[in-house]
Amino acid sequence: MELINFEATELRLGLPGSTEDHRDVKSTNSPVNSNKRSSPEMDSSVSDENDPSRSPPPTKAQVVGWPPVRSYRKNILQGKKSEPERGSGIYVKVSMDGAPYLRKVDLKVYKSYGELLKGLQAMFKCIIGLYSEREGYKSEYAPTYEDKDGDWMLLGDVPWDMFLPSCKRLRIMKSSEVIELTVSAFFFGRNKTTK
Amino acid sequence: MDPTPSSLPEDFLKRTFSLLTSDTDHNSVSLVCKHWYTAERLTRRHVSIRNCYSVSPEILTARFPAIRSVTLKGKPRFSDFNLVPDDWGADVQPWLNAFATAYPCLEEVRLKRMVVSDESLEFLALNFDEFKCLSLLSCEGFSTLGLEAIATYCKNLTELDIQENGIDDLGGDWLSYFPENLTSLEVLNFSTLTSEVSFDALESLVSRCKSLRVLKVNRKVNLEQLKRLLVLAPQLTELGMGSFMEELVSSSVNGLEEAFSKCGNLVTLSGFWDATLLHLPAVYPVCGNLTFLNLSYANIGPDELEQILARSKRLVRLWVVDTVGDKGLEAVGSHCPLLEELRVFPVDPFDQKLGVTDSGLVAVSKGCPKLHYILYFCQRMTNAAVITVAENCPNFTHFRLCIMNPREPDYLTNEPMDEAFGAIVKTCTKLQRLSVSGLLTDLAFEYIGKYAKNLETLSVAFAGSSNLGMEYVMRGCPKLKRVEIRDCPFGDSALLSGLTQYESMRSLWMSDCNVTMDGCKKLAEEMSRLNVEVIKDEGDDDQVASKVYVYQTVAGPRKDAPPFVVTL
Repeated sequence: MELINFEATELRLGLPGSTEDHRDVKSTNSPVNSNKRSSPEMDSSVSDENDPSRSPPPTKAQVVGWPPVRSYRKNILQGKKSEPERGSGIYVKVSMDGAPYLRKVDLKVYKSYGELLKGLQAMFKCIIGLYSEREGYKSEYAPTYEDKDGDWMLLGDVPWDMFLPSCKRLRIMKSSEVIELTVSAFFFGRNKTTK
Repeated sequence: MDPTPSSLPEDFLKRTFSLLTSDTDHNSVSLVCKHWYTAERLTRRHVSIRNCYSVSPEILTARFPAIRSVTLKGKPRFSDFNLVPDDWGADVQPWLNAFATAYPCLEEVRLKRMVVSDESLEFLALNFDEFKCLSLLSCEGFSTLGLEAIATYCKNLTELDIQENGIDDLGGDWLSYFPENLTSLEVLNFSTLTSEVSFDALESLVSRCKSLRVLKVNRKVNLEQLKRLLVLAPQLTELGMGSFMEELVSSSVNGLEEAFSKCGNLVTLSGFWDATLLHLPAVYPVCGNLTFLNLSYANIGPDELEQILARSKRLVRLWVVDTVGDKGLEAVGSHCPLLEELRVFPVDPFDQKLGVTDSGLVAVSKGCPKLHYILYFCQRMTNAAVITVAENCPNFTHFRLCIMNPREPDYLTNEPMDEAFGAIVKTCTKLQRLSVSGLLTDLAFEYIGKYAKNLETLSVAFAGSSNLGMEYVMRGCPKLKRVEIRDCPFGDSALLSGLTQYESMRSLWMSDCNVTMDGCKKLAEEMSRLNVEVIKDEGDDDQVASKVYVYQTVAGPRKDAPPFVVTL
């Protein structure tokens, strides 16, 4: 039985990120209500998730759209060969069943599903597993995503490069629910779940 | 009997109005009386719609039957910084549909922050025989396939200007689709496309278009190729160069220098990708005539910059990257007495070590008294420096200072930056556009409301202490047109304090402030000719209005709003 960290799913009063979760770097002197949309994206590195004595991140917390430099200019100046994207990254929302708030993650930072899962696990403090036909779910949670057609898909079926442009948003579902949905889809047709 | 405005013959009026060139003049004459309104509407050739949802294609085409040139702007400016979700709107196709019927002789279309599909580009190319001029700035949704259609079907094309768009550069040979008999091109700008174009096609195009005056190539064009193009087009007035990166062969640099020496009309130079000190001498022959130098894609240091500036005494506009440092800006102050506009962009917005500071800004202000437009990204600033800058350059019309850490105080005194912006608005009475940053209390906004009487555009982020801040501005600045605010402690009463302003403004954007749905509903109830739109984020609780976009409109609520845009 996999252990999952309940902290991320625990319902509590108080603003998100207002606990000792030290990886939620907040801007200082903030008179603004620190709702989730102004909370900075987390650093995607996984290795220091359990290190409370980690030194302050080398780069300041990156707030969406700040500083106001057009993404085109950022790509060009840093010599990136990639095409000017609409955004400097592919930001998608990530929800986890039972968690009180959503997060945002930049898919471009990852090069593979493995890295993405590591990042998500660190973010939500849980163990997520990919589905395997043979072994079923290895963990409590399963990652799914909504694609451009509005369908909810299991993560991992298509090559990473094909997944990147088609992913609109991620949802970390309880494995048991995934099985239910799969079954009902089988019997009742395509299931467009909306949250 | 003296002729009154309304008694003048319509023919006379029409002929007179058709000589007017400015939109403002056209607007003014249309307001004199009904007679003039009627005559004017029949003569208006150009229309500029700065918010595509402020009017509908039907209303536009009904009022102005003779339009030949349209400028359309779509998304709120903060969409450039990922604050507007995908699929928000601003699709150009409904406009093109209306134009196809009403303006078959349409010649010019200029779009900014619109969504433009390949199908739309093809539609444009096929439906307007006289089409001459296409400019796409910060648009998205199309690919090089759309450009192929433009090249193929627009027989009279004079201008193709593609800049900074979110485009799928599928590569391919779009440039080769220009037919051999197309010789009318005057402006060609594809500097921000990433894939290679066929050089043979480009060379042939440049060679046969004798009226070409603006050519801006992309990074894939190398020095040798650039030289060949220049030899074919010495008449150019504006040039965007390709990449300087290659094995440094001195003959190609010399060859380029010689080609430049024949370009007596060149006044604007940009590109400069990967330029180093060794390459720069190639451009020296033209520096003396330059009025606009765009080095914002060149990671050059202070020494390279000084070499160029020492030879460019006529510069009026200069764009650089902060790799030039304060030392580079001192060179600007020393060599550019005619400078009116300076933009300093950050090479790496998240790197705290590099860049320019308060002393660079002061150095420029000392040497360039005619400076009236500044865009300055820096890591730190002081009140004293900005106060000095205001004294040295009292003519600022555009002051856009971006201290890149949110809520950063004066780094010497640790105080808020209120006095800095206070000095700017007190001294620079012609100020039209202001972007503030750094740690700011309501006092900064009190100054703005009290002194910035000509202010039209205001951008605010991570600033203010309470509702009062925004209230000061909304009540104090009579000429506001566009206000964009993010991450400030302004709530419903601040929002509602602008009631009397919003109908004469183009738009208001507020995101991640303290505005609630109730506040927005109240605003919508009080002002019927406004669209009050809330962009809902999933996971927003019901009362939160995290993104609010308010704008005047005669077209009523949007008919094409996606589900996450709620019009109240």
